[in-house]
Amino acid sequence: MTVLEPIDAYPTQRIAGYPVRAGRSLPFGATRVPGGVNFSVFSNHATSVTLVLYREGEPEPMAELPFPESFRVGSVHAMTVFGLDVERLEYGYRVDGPRRPWEGHRFDPDLVLSDPYARMLTGHGPYRHRSRVTLDDFDWEDDRPPHLPHEDLVIYELHVRGFTGHPSSGVAAPGTYAGLVEKIPYLRELGVNCVELMPVFEFDETDNVFTGVNYWGYSPIGFFAPKASYAATGRDHMQVDEFKHLVKELHRAGIEVLLDVVFNHTAEGDERGPVISFKGLDNATYYMLTPDGHYYNFSGTGNTLNCNHPVVRGFVLDCLRYWAAECHVDGFRFDLAAILGRGSGGELLHNPPLLESLAYDPILRDRKLIAEAWDAAGLYQVGSFPHYSRWSEWNGRYRDTVRRYVKGDLGVTGELATRMVGSPDMYSRRGVAATVNFVTSHDGFTLRDLVSYDHKHNEANGEGNRDGDDANNSWNCGHEGATDDPAVLALRARQQRNALLLLLASRGVPMLLAGDELGRTQLGNNNAYCHDGPLTWLDWGLREENADLFRFTRRAIAFRRAHPVLRGGSPGSVHWHGVSAWSPDWSAHSRVLAALFDGGGSDCVYVAANSHWESHTLELPPAPRGQTWHLFADTAAAPPMDAFEPGSEPPLANQSQLSIGPRSVAILVTH
Amino acid sequence: MRLWKEPRGGVTVISLDGRLDSETAPQVQQDLQALFPEDGLVVLDLSRTLYMSSAGLRVLLLIYRQAQHGTVRLALTGLSPEVRAIMEATGFLGFFTVVESVEQGVEALTV
Repeated sequence: MTVLEPIDAYPTQRIAGYPVRAGRSLPFGATRVPGGVNFSVFSNHATSVTLVLYREGEPEPMAELPFPESFRVGSVHAMTVFGLDVERLEYGYRVDGPRRPWEGHRFDPDLVLSDPYARMLTGHGPYRHRSRVTLDDFDWEDDRPPHLPHEDLVIYELHVRGFTGHPSSGVAAPGTYAGLVEKIPYLRELGVNCVELMPVFEFDETDNVFTGVNYWGYSPIGFFAPKASYAATGRDHMQVDEFKHLVKELHRAGIEVLLDVVFNHTAEGDERGPVISFKGLDNATYYMLTPDGHYYNFSGTGNTLNCNHPVVRGFVLDCLRYWAAECHVDGFRFDLAAILGRGSGGELLHNPPLLESLAYDPILRDRKLIAEAWDAAGLYQVGSFPHYSRWSEWNGRYRDTVRRYVKGDLGVTGELATRMVGSPDMYSRRGVAATVNFVTSHDGFTLRDLVSYDHKHNEANGEGNRDGDDANNSWNCGHEGATDDPAVLALRARQQRNALLLLLASRGVPMLLAGDELGRTQLGNNNAYCHDGPLTWLDWGLREENADLFRFTRRAIAFRRAHPVLRGGSPGSVHWHGVSAWSPDWSAHSRVLAALFDGGGSDCVYVAANSHWESHTLELPPAPRGQTWHLFADTAAAPPMDAFEPGSEPPLANQSQLSIGPRSVAILVTH
Repeated sequence: MRLWKEPRGGVTVISLDGRLDSETAPQVQQDLQALFPEDGLVVLDLSRTLYMSSAGLRVLLLIYRQAQHGTVRLALTGLSPEVRAIMEATGFLGFFTVVESVEQGVEALTV
């Protein structure tokens, strides 16, 4: 059979010595086509656009190709260039137009801009913002997303570099996607079934005036580009393959992959910030601007993406579709998502078109969408985020309630009950999948620090300890920071178990911060965004040191997985108790709470919590259906008796009473 | 880039000498196809391949897929540590039978 060659595989003219033809407007970005590369870029206000081509690593361009007027359709410039060696090609755009910042226009033809649709950036060295073309032909074989029910997830939030960057990780390529692949057996052993990767979109690691380090990466430059320096093969420009391989291997292990995505702002800052891409391409379209051309700053980082502008909406949608369809990512957690519900002047929209399109997008239909439902300008939408029956939320109120209860605050027992059953005060109509429960996340204290420090200790961040949250609801258990006092250490260990056990016995989607199961510390730093080293990297030596905590966490996760009633069920399947059975004490001074989750059959779980410094004896309700109570976990007991292997819990000697120790949580199960 | 083949104990050994990147890949792919037997056992000897880029790895994978379509069994040998590390990190290695030497390849494929 003869394959007919397409006519458009041939150039029609030469520009700057290169054979070219008018390109296709869509898709945006640089796409390989027969014989060449199709470049397509949007700008509403540009007067001229030039494609700038470099041979890799060289300071001066090898060619500059102005787009002829005939290559423009609407506000989109498109050109197919033939005969390029894409492996050694770097490119960017020079864009001219009005220079009137007071009208929102900041065109500067002296600068070469990144392609916002670039699938790769160089990522390092003096020309790190240059765009590159990908080969984009990964062999996925029969990869399929695990499609786990949302409420069955146990999310594990981790930083790609921090997870294996420490020398103790023992992986071949520390701090990379490939390094993470080597740790999949660890994730399987722990029992988590979903990883949430902190930002992997290309960002500038040096972008910080205080320490010179941006570790977290909440400052994206290349929204389509996996971070090259997180790839062992980044210098060979194979980060896209390496990232896809990570997803494929995680799926093979039954683990889903969520990306923490940042669409509320970019790395370009305000008028003082660098011009990298959007500012020079079409500032007035991409950013929310005041009437006199200044940057609105709802993100706390200088600028705010104009995300409900139809063009920018398209950009966000294209980006997420790319990660979902081409990279097989299972969902997204949106940083400062409240901003995505704002209009071009920052006003709150009642029916935000971006959030609606994401909710109903055909490609994203099965992907998880999780909002961090607040922003840096005080908009707090936990429980009221425009959800279209699709969006989940990071439940900040869950975090605060559990922290306050575990610390021993009065007046939170009733609210704890509400949080433990999926926060029906906020999500009754949306179901338990709407709430992502967590006690710790990358932002704030680690779990160990939460029980080791009354105050944040961010001196090393270079901002006089003024940065980071002051409202941590933390308690140091009697001594601030490191100590060898065995009583303090024992209490801290117990408090960590209390928090983990409550989290894993609550309805809703639990999220663990990577390393909390090993007692990771940041020495009291609750805002470690600017440290890339031992302070933030996971020390795998803790695996031995805190083997008890790891085993406890593993068993608590396994227990959750063994009991569907903890992951969802009717409100009527939960019964409340107190010191007396069937008599919960909802008064403000109460510190004891017990919940009976009854899913029928042997799926019956009794969770008792005591934040009092004295022990109490609780009257037990009879185990239903003629069964008997068995002890799964008791945080007051010394390891390894603090939790048993699910399925082999020992029977309780006294079936009518449970003695619950000071500041502890216990869980019973029927057999 | 130079390619040649020689029969060794019932196995066709194909050696690649030079750089395998986007510039040489299209030609190498054609040459490889021409040298490939219809069926049987093939060892690709890369010990003289000085450099392999992303496009080079794709040539190997393409050849592997073609071999699968027919009845050829294929092994790679002579991977430099750098190439091996790249193939490992990107998942390419998982597709191939990799052997330490041509002799071992002959042995592995004829068993």
